[in-house]
Formats: sequence, C-alpha cells, structure tokens
Amino acid sequence: MKLVVFGWGNVSRGDDGLGPLLLARIAEARWADASLIEDFQLQLEHALDLQGADLALFLDAGKNTPAPFAFTEIHARHGMTHTSHALAPEAVLGVYEKTMGGRPPPSFLLCVRGESFDLGEGLSAAGAARLEQSWAFLEALERARGPLEWRARTE
Amino acid sequence: MSALETADTKQNLRRVAIDPVTRVEGHGKVTILLDDNNRVHQVRLHIVEFRGFEAFIEGRPFWEVPVVVQRLCGICPVSHHLAAVKAMDHIAGYHRLTPTAEKLRRLMHYGQILQSHAVHFFHLASPDLLLGFDSEPTRRNIVGVAAQFPEIARQGVLLRKYGQEIIRHTSGKRIHGTGAIPGGVNKTLTTAEREELRLDIDTMIGWARDAVGLVEQLHATRPDFYDVFGEFPSNMMGLAAPNGALELYDGALRARDASGAMIFDQVPCSDYDSLLQEEVKPWTYMKFPHIRSLGAEAGWYKVGPLARIQTCDFIPTPLAEEERKKFMAPGGGKPRHGTLLFHWARMIEALHAAETIRDLLDDPDIVGTDLMGEKGERHLEAVGVIEAPRGTLFHHYRVGADDLVSYCNLIVSTTNNNQAMNEAIRSVAKDHLSGHEVTEGLLNHIEVAIRAYDPCLSCATHAIGQMPLQVDLVDASGALVGRRRKNFSGDAA
Repeated sequence: MKLVVFGWGNVSRGDDGLGPLLLARIAEARWADASLIEDFQLQLEHALDLQGADLALFLDAGKNTPAPFAFTEIHARHGMTHTSHALAPEAVLGVYEKTMGGRPPPSFLLCVRGESFDLGEGLSAAGAARLEQSWAFLEALERARGPLEWRARTE
Repeated sequence: MSALETADTKQNLRRVAIDPVTRVEGHGKVTILLDDNNRVHQVRLHIVEFRGFEAFIEGRPFWEVPVVVQRLCGICPVSHHLAAVKAMDHIAGYHRLTPTAEKLRRLMHYGQILQSHAVHFFHLASPDLLLGFDSEPTRRNIVGVAAQFPEIARQGVLLRKYGQEIIRHTSGKRIHGTGAIPGGVNKTLTTAEREELRLDIDTMIGWARDAVGLVEQLHATRPDFYDVFGEFPSNMMGLAAPNGALELYDGALRARDASGAMIFDQVPCSDYDSLLQEEVKPWTYMKFPHIRSLGAEAGWYKVGPLARIQTCDFIPTPLAEEERKKFMAPGGGKPRHGTLLFHWARMIEALHAAETIRDLLDDPDIVGTDLMGEKGERHLEAVGVIEAPRGTLFHHYRVGADDLVSYCNLIVSTTNNNQAMNEAIRSVAKDHLSGHEVTEGLLNHIEVAIRAYDPCLSCATHAIGQMPLQVDLVDASGALVGRRRKNFSGDAA
C-alpha cells in the first residue's frame, strides 16, 4: 500500500518542528513504499503529491491540540481564507478534488501538541517528550498500515 | 492620509474587530468603530511586527545568513535568501557576479515570483473576483466570463508546481536549499534540467496570458465597481533599471507620486536609510515607512505589483508590456489606484516572469560553469534589496572583523505597505459599510481588500489550531456581543 507522508513546519521555531522531526524519523527507519514530503507550509502543489497514493498521513504541531497528540481522519474542505500563505491539510484534499477530478486517498492527521513556537528556539521539554510518544504511536501505525486499521485508532 | 485613522471621540461608538490570527507569532486584526447608525468613525489594520528576526540573525557568521533567513518566512524563503546574499556579496568583497551566477539567481527569483503570483491568483484572487462579492449584478456578469476558463484551478496548481521546480533545480532542494552564496552560486543548471524546464515553459506563458485575459474581462464586466473598490491615491515605489525598465532582482530605487510624477529615481539601494524613515504609532507594533523628504503625512507609499508596473517606464518582455499598456490605457496616462487592480497587475507580472524564465532558459550562460565572481575588497556594512512577490524587501547588515553579524535591519514588503493597506480598508469601510447593517457579506469586503495585498503575517510557523480569521463584535462598553471564527480551510467554527 503506497503511503505519502507530509511533515511540515519550521525546525527553527521550537515545537513547530515536530512534524519535520517525525518525518526525519520515518526517513531514518526507511519505511517501505512511502513518499516523504517536507515543507514549511502546506500549499497547492501538495495536492499533486497525493496522486497515486493509497493512503496519506499528515504530521504537524498544534497549539491547542489535546496532549500529547491527536490522531484523526480528515476529509476535503472547500473554503476561503484571508491569505495564500498556507493551506490546512483538509484544504489540500479540497484542491485535489477540485483539480484532479476524484476523491483523494484516505487521509489521516497526527497533530502533536506544541508549547513554544518562538523563532530561534529548540524543542520544549514537553515537545521533546511528545516527540517520543508520537513516534511510538507512528511505529504502531506502520505495523498495521491501512485505512481500516488506522481508522480504528482515531479518536 | 485618511481621516478614519482616529475617531474624534470614542463615546457611543461600537467596535467591530476582524481578527485574522495566523500561526503563532504574527497575526493581524481589523478594528472598526461604528456609531449607533452604523456610520464608520475609525478603521485600523493592526499587524504584529516581525519580532525576533534581528536576534535570530545577529551573532551568526555572515556566510550562514543567506541560508538561515529562509527560515524567517515559510512563504517567501527565496526572497529572503536572495536579498541577504546580495548584501553578503558586498560584505565578502564580491562586487560583480559572473553572468552564469547572476542569471541562475534571476531564474530562481522569477520562479519564485511566478509560483507566488500563481498561488495568489488561484487561491485568493480568482475566487474573490469570481465569487467574493455577493451582489447579484456582479454574480450575473461574471458567470459567462468564468465559463470560458474552466481550467483555472488546475492551471494554478501546475503553475505553482513549475515555479517550485525552478527553485529546486537552482537551489538544489525543494526547501532548505542553498543555491546562492556570497560571490555567486554553488550549483549549475544541467542541460537535462534546462531541457526539462523548457518543455513546459510555453504552456506556462500561455496560461499566464490567459489569466491576465480573465482578469481583464472580469473588470470589463463592471469597471465602475472593480476600478474604484478600495481606491485611494498614493505614492508608489519599486526598483527600476537605469533605462526605466521594470526590475525585480536588481536595479535602483524609484518612486512616483499619485499622479505619476517622479519623486526620485535611480537612488542606490544602499541609500535607503537616508531616503526612508519609519514612523511608530501607538496603536500597532508595525512601523509606517515613508519618504523622509515628504514627511509622514504625505510621504507614505505602496509597493508590490500595482506600484511596480506603474512606477517603471516599461516591462522588458513583449507580452507583459502589451498587457501593461492595456492596463494603463483607462488611466489616460495617469496611474490607477483601485485595490482590486492589484490582481490584474499581479498577473501581468506573472506573465513577465514566465517570459523572463523562457529567455533565461534560452540563454547559453544559464548552463555555464563559471559560478563565482572575483573577490575584491571586503566591507563591514551592506544593503541587499529585491522586489519580493509582495513588494520591496530591504536587508541591511553590519559585520564585525570577526565575520559575525553585529546589526541587522529588515523592512519587509508588508511593512512598506502598512499605510496603504490601512487606507484600502478605510476606503472600503467608508464606501460599503458606513450607514449599513454590518453583515458577513459586507465584512467580506474588508477581507477582499486585505487579500488583494496578501500581507505577510510572520507565517513561518503554522501550528494547527490557530484560527486565521476571527471577527469580534464589541459594544460601546467593551462587551463582546458576537464572534465569528474561520480556520485555514475557510470553514467557520
């Protein structure tokens, strides 16, 4: 089953780097049949990265997310924001629907709660602990890769 | 400057706040004070200043700066990268780049301009122009035009992707690339990479041209509305070549007044500090730059696509210049100042960027291997300026004998446009809100004006859970009487 994983954020802004750091762990573990996409922000062209994938996983930090993390299935959303600077993962799925003419692959979001996002900071102590907790969760997900199995683990 | 900056009295006024909170550090908020008859008395756009940038950069070795500044902004990393490296060229003693190095940097920059303008058009401008207004006459008139362009959304994505591919090939990576280094570049463009990019460039030019045509046709459906929405006269500033051509990568500073008369021209970028002054106002963190000789009241200006294509004498690529002339024609030789005209100007620039990319790819120097200039005398202070997608971007550094950055000052595009954005929303509030019951549709008009500028809100972080848009209704006593929130998907919450 082909998996695409998006890890986005800024490692120079404290816990904002949780997504890319988890993505780096996946790269190090060499998950089979997985495309890994890192970026500062989600954008329009990430819809193209969903092409051909059977399953998509989005990794991010959240400010008001329940600790230590939340794992949810996400669906396409269409709407307007005030800025072109970033898209939500649901909006990327919406761009896919609008431009590819089909349904995006089953998609899941692992959002790890962050505490500190200031420029020039490293991970907070809580962020570092949650990185380990969420990595253990990701390893379990990988052991049973599939939409049905992942759906059973959502909240 | 509009009279709506400060109300004569705050008594018996109702406060409406539009609070587009984005990510963690930066956010913007609009506050509108209304009386009991919904007449507008005060309108202010507050944008949190970019705090911590200087501390992040000062103390680092100068050669590291062009790489680390990419982490200041997740949407314009290439602009910061190139503005910083232009300053560091001078610091390191490189006063002239090789032709290959300069053209590769230009290719990277025009790739960034193309992709940024394409995102804006697809994600913000075309929905606004096609769907953003709820008035029936506008809707009726645009239906036929929109039907001629069924592929807009897909083209927007592919234009963005194409620009990103240029950045990847010139900087080495999709993000965190190095590409430009003090004195030149560190990566060649291979013949295979050039041919890959050449395959699609004519298609990109065609799509960019179609997008200009779409905006032009939409304006033609209702020029009385599109041309005057958020209109206000202002000075305009941008970079220009010595012959007056539009210049986005290099050049010198030029400004015209609202009627098109030249204020200054060919001022070296290193003199920006003596030319411009930044004013502080007590109600917002963001400073208000203005032309020092004209003073704060008369010297503020706008930057970005609408300013650039009217500050230059011509655009040095034929299709974009043809479109610029069509754009300028209704003004009868005078500049046009409607806020929605930013979209039209932006797509003319996108067309120019696509044409420039084609010309650069056709240039034999682009696959050259002479990447570093000759090193001369080093300097301890330098200014790098570039026209970022949203407007003029200043990077100013001082470096000690130990090679460490001792001083850093950035004026980003959004700061340059601070007063202009305030004037735009005041114009919209005065024309569309004042005297009416405030509805979501009318508040959307304010958002439309903000979206036209697409201001940077320090968005290098992006934690999920932030609400990019919050509207608070507060009565005269300060009590919250209503709130609307919108997330990054555009969903109300």
